Amino acid sequence: MSQLFHPSTNVISKVTIFGAVLFIGGAAWVLLALERSSYVTQAKVVREQPVPFSHRHHVSDLGIDCRYCHTFVEESNFAGIPPTKTCMTCHSQIHTTAAMLEPVRESWRSGESLEWLRVHDLPDFVYFDHSIHVKKGVGCETCHGPVGEMALTWREYSLNMEWCIECHRAPEKFVRPREFVFQAGWHAPAGQAAIGDSLVAAYDINSSTNCSICHR
Amino acid sequence: MVKGGVHRVTIACGVAMLLLLSQTACRQDMHDQPRYEPLEQNNFFSDARASRPVVPGTVARGKLRIDEHLYEGRQDGELVTTFPFPVTKEVMARGRERYDIFCSPCHDKTGSGGGMIVQRGFRPPPSFHLQRLKASPAGHFYDVITNGLGGMYDYKERIKPEDRWAIVAYIRALQLSQSLTVDELPADIRREFFAKVK
Ligand code: HEC
Ligand code: HEC
Ligand code: HEC
Ligand code: HEC
Ligand code: HEC
Ligand code: HEC
Repeated sequence: MSQLFHPSTNVISKVTIFGAVLFIGGAAWVLLALERSSYVTQAKVVREQPVPFSHRHHVSDLGIDCRYCHTFVEESNFAGIPPTKTCMTCHSQIHTTAAMLEPVRESWRSGESLEWLRVHDLPDFVYFDHSIHVKKGVGCETCHGPVGEMALTWREYSLNMEWCIECHRAPEKFVRPREFVFQAGWHAPAGQAAIGDSLVAAYDINSSTNCSICHR
Repeated sequence: MVKGGVHRVTIACGVAMLLLLSQTACRQDMHDQPRYEPLEQNNFFSDARASRPVVPGTVARGKLRIDEHLYEGRQDGELVTTFPFPVTKEVMARGRERYDIFCSPCHDKTGSGGGMIVQRGFRPPPSFHLQRLKASPAGHFYDVITNGLGGMYDYKERIKPEDRWAIVAYIRALQLSQSLTVDELPADIRREFFAKVK
């Protein structure tokens, strides 16, 4: 019996099969890259807020501690966004006619909340708690980047699961002494390797990667 | 039937691609579940606050504040001169930390009233080292933190009663610090002091 197919079809079928594998692999790679890109995660994207509040101004120039405004961060899972009253503590006497602070004064007069837009927002199926991270010596900057340098707030990291796990697997690479948690621009003077392991032992830090601690 | 096989592979690939793509969509239900996070917007209420302000006079379970000394800094209407709990080293350290966070922007770290916000135009507060304030009862400081005074807003919501007392204790230490002579220091601290000076 004569050949049903011309030998060249061998090439075509090989190309199709390998091509398909490559195509699927490529598409998967594109999807994964997209998932991590700042386009999807919104990392490093500045958000327009009702008032152009500047951390750089208040934290670096004026030296105000994070806890003056984010009052609950040490005790609660929620760090807290300052109410209008906190701004008015100072702005009742400072910049009292500045146009950019008019929404703050309007909110104070009317009693209506300022509508800050969330910069960080985990999906609702993830449990997160600030207090344990602060107590175990994870600095604000380690997760939020150089907040003290931000004229408008952006999110430094993706907040992907991969990002949480990277630290939960090896906390010794990230922790710092508790007294420096709130300090901007802190670096381990003799390198992280010199203090990491002893801090993990001193604060009794576990490497917690069990699914149920974050998905409870 | 090799030819048909190739077609099947192609179709299978196409279907797999579509399935893969479909994975990226429809993820919002579990991301934003029908519950409210702190401070989220809720248009059911006229002020759009999901975190409801408490009704005035609400007493949370176990939070009945009948201890006038601890919660109001008064006893029978008079400002108290004593602390509601012993002032230990831990209380002092806590007071220092809280003072530096909440008070030092205006009153500065030594309490003389020239903090950063004052340098930027805020009305200067009186120095804690005035004779009048040295003689003021402890309850006065507690009362100012709790209820504010003139141009200074209150810190009721921001500082817990125990921490307010810790701050008062630290202010007392600051007041002492500006007039104490070396001879009045306890022996061990005096030794530490001289070791540092040398
Ligand atoms: C003077 C008050 C003030 C101080 C001090 C302050 N913040 Fe903020 N912070 C705000 C306000 C108001 C917002 C909301 C507006 C915005 O996102 O910029 C905010 C937002 C944030 C956010 C983003 C929250 C979100 O929407 O996800 C982070 C993170 C943050 N602050 C961290 C810090 C850290 C870390 C410090 C200390 C280094 C600090 N803040 C000090 C007032 C303050
Ligand atoms: C502890 C005091 C303090 C608090 C609390 C505070 N501010 Fe300010 N803020 C200042 C001072 C002081 C300046 C002016 C600094 C200067 O003139 O150099 C300022 C400046 C500003 C400016 C103008 C910035 C610029 O670039 O000129 C804005 C906007 C502002 N604050 C918003 C806020 C908001 C919103 C809040 C509440 C979340 C807040 N501030 C809380 C002290 C404070
Ligand atoms: C382990 C990482 C981590 C550390 C350390 C951390 N944060 Fe956060 N922060 C987050 C995450 C994740 C969110 C988003 C939480 C959510 O969406 O529920 C967040 C949210 C916030 C918010 C928005 C309000 C809220 O609670 O959702 C503020 C404000 C904030 N952080 C301030 C701080 C300050 C100030 C510190 C330092 C004391 C700090 N954070 C330390 C990870 C961290
Ligand atoms: C830079 C380091 C770091 C990052 C990033 C980080 N964590 Fe943690 N986390 C820790 C440390 C350290 C602990 C304390 C572990 C222990 O000793 O139990 C902890 C503990 C926790 C706990 C409590 C565990 C328990 O046993 O109760 C939760 C929940 C948690 N993290 C959630 C998250 C989530 C969600 C993220 C990402 C959004 C995240 N963490 C990112 C360092 C980190
Ligand atoms: C340290 C905290 C943490 C731990 C531990 C953790 N996760 Fe996650 N997980 C997260 C965060 C944060 C996200 C959200 C990522 C995002 O926003 O895309 C997430 C997302 C997911 C998603 C994706 C849901 C979606 O719609 O994209 C799955 C599935 C998941 N986790 C499963 C697991 C499993 C299985 C484990 C145990 C092996 C686990 N997680 C352990 C923090 C954690
Ligand atoms: C935003 C600036 C500011 C901050 C922050 C601040 N104060 Fe004041 N404080 C003032 C001013 C201004 C006065 C003078 C009020 C007046 O007489 O109108 C004052 C007055 C006082 C007085 C009263 C002195 C007297 O004359 O009897 C005490 C006590 C006091 N402050 C304690 C504190 C404590 C404790 C804190 C921290 C919890 C604090 N203040 C934080 C600005 C501030």
